[in-house]
Amino acid sequence: MSTYLIRRLSYMILILLAASFLIFSLYALTPGDFISGNIKLTPERKAELREIYGLSKPLMERYLTWMGNALHGDFGYSLAQQKPVLTIFNEYIWNSFLLAVVSTFLTWFIAVVIGVIAAYKQYSWFDTIVMLVIFGAMSIPSFFIGLFLIKIFAVDFHWLPPGGMTTTGSNATGWAYALEVIRHMTLPVAVMTLLGLGSLTRYFRSNMIDVLKQDYIRTARAKGLTERKVLFTHALRNALLPAITLVGFELPALFGGSLIIESIFNWPGIGQLYMKSFGLRDYPLLMGFTMFLAVLTVIGTLLSDILYRVADPRVKL
Amino acid sequence: MSLAKGELAGPGKAGAKAKAAAKSSLWSDSLRRLLKNKLAVFGFAVVVFMFAVCFLGPMFSPYADNKINMALMNKAPSAKHWLGNDALGRDVLTRVLQAGRISLTVGLASMVLSVLLGGLLGIIAGYYRGVADQIIMRVADLLLTIPSLPLLFIAGALLSEWKVPPDYRMYIVMIMLAIVGWPGLARMVRGQILSLREREFMQATTVLGLRSRRKLFNHLFPNLVPLLIVIATLNIGGAILSESVLSFFGLGVTPPTPTWGNMIDAANNMIDFEKRPWLWIPPGLSIFVTVVAINIFGDGLRDVLDPKKGR
Repeated sequence: MSTYLIRRLSYMILILLAASFLIFSLYALTPGDFISGNIKLTPERKAELREIYGLSKPLMERYLTWMGNALHGDFGYSLAQQKPVLTIFNEYIWNSFLLAVVSTFLTWFIAVVIGVIAAYKQYSWFDTIVMLVIFGAMSIPSFFIGLFLIKIFAVDFHWLPPGGMTTTGSNATGWAYALEVIRHMTLPVAVMTLLGLGSLTRYFRSNMIDVLKQDYIRTARAKGLTERKVLFTHALRNALLPAITLVGFELPALFGGSLIIESIFNWPGIGQLYMKSFGLRDYPLLMGFTMFLAVLTVIGTLLSDILYRVADPRVKL
Repeated sequence: MSLAKGELAGPGKAGAKAKAAAKSSLWSDSLRRLLKNKLAVFGFAVVVFMFAVCFLGPMFSPYADNKINMALMNKAPSAKHWLGNDALGRDVLTRVLQAGRISLTVGLASMVLSVLLGGLLGIIAGYYRGVADQIIMRVADLLLTIPSLPLLFIAGALLSEWKVPPDYRMYIVMIMLAIVGWPGLARMVRGQILSLREREFMQATTVLGLRSRRKLFNHLFPNLVPLLIVIATLNIGGAILSESVLSFFGLGVTPPTPTWGNMIDAANNMIDFEKRPWLWIPPGLSIFVTVVAINIFGDGLRDVLDPKKGR
């Protein structure tokens, strides 16, 4: 186990170093920068500013400076906001996390309940409807369903706000503030839950179907246990256990925000920050964000593999 | 496979079924089972319908020339223009069909590209192992580490800055989607090959002393085809969705070339979004219907061709 971990961690670091170079080069290759977008500046002033920000140096040198600082926990200053990148992340990330954590919880809860019932009543009309809804949920373009729901619930019926996190100009505090945020997050959470529901329900359904065919379920029934006990004590536990390997894969989604949903709903999260900075070519921020996602992905994968082993001791790492 | 067939036949009509099975090949057998899955057949019919309507429909439309007609600007749906008119007075239904041509072509072509690229690299990695495997899988790991959406956005921004003419953008979008799509595919193919090469029939080819090329093309590859067909089908749906996201954000195929994604861009305009839903809801529904149909059909295919995986 420990040699495995050491090997795995060193590979992780190598992959991340390679990824950091790739990310840096890609953004450096993208023509245009923060300074060229500003039409007020004279060419001389632009050259001067590029000199100050180090944009005129060769690629390799710039990469080494950036990486050296990043290893010290310094991802540079956002050019647009003139604040350290990490400080800005800290402002936005928790808004993203709020959306993600609520919708992830809902997704898992609904997926388990529906998946288990559908598996138990396999081929019933309920199961057929669930399968159709699953296909639907897996095939919706996320931005379109977002717009569609805003149109219905916010524009046509005025039941819910169309976007943002709080009402403009509102300075509610305490419970009023919480209520306001909940009203604003209803639609984005609904969309994110719906989008995640498809594959997860399917996963639990097929897990449960596999488990119900096992010999130990037959044994439990033969012993004369009540159906409820067979289902919840013997089957459900074994059907749920493999799912803990999925927890790791949720990591980037939990902290990385959602580029599309946050942009559509104007939610002040890290995904929307990325989309806005993208238009401004705010490279330190963009690189920091992409690198952050890469780190989360790598850690998530490792976490999944370790949890896989925890769930099933027969698996050798 | 033969064992499974025997089980399916059951005791009652065993004789009749066995005769039929003896005549039929694996492929015709699969086809017969696929036709029994009504949902999958329905999905396939819808996909064929979408393709037919998008590619043939505009030929029968009197508005296919996209003439700008200011008198019809932003008119609501009517008997003459079933889905209304857009800001330049063009017929929205015709635009949706023409956009479908592009979106479906991009989905199909990027699927072919990523299956070719991912399949080939996966086969090389899984079959030849060694240095090639190391290099290919490390590159795949690297690409899988970087989230694909930012990667696609950067590529899209490069396109805009390099002033790629709109006519050519669609080809580059296909290539972009293939570059993002191949690593996952290569990994799956490699895994499948690693498990296939340990099977008895592959050991038999070694014992028989077959040449590497014959082993690969006559024995290994045919066993890979079912998996590739399933992945390819489901991949089209994914590619159509990715293209629509990119085009919606103005980073994929851009106007005047219409795609379902960039038509929904009308929703970014407050008035169009609130008062003129006929501009952006039809292309969105077209994406949805097409992708659902592809997914349902692909899932039916998987049940038939790859019975062990999923349900």
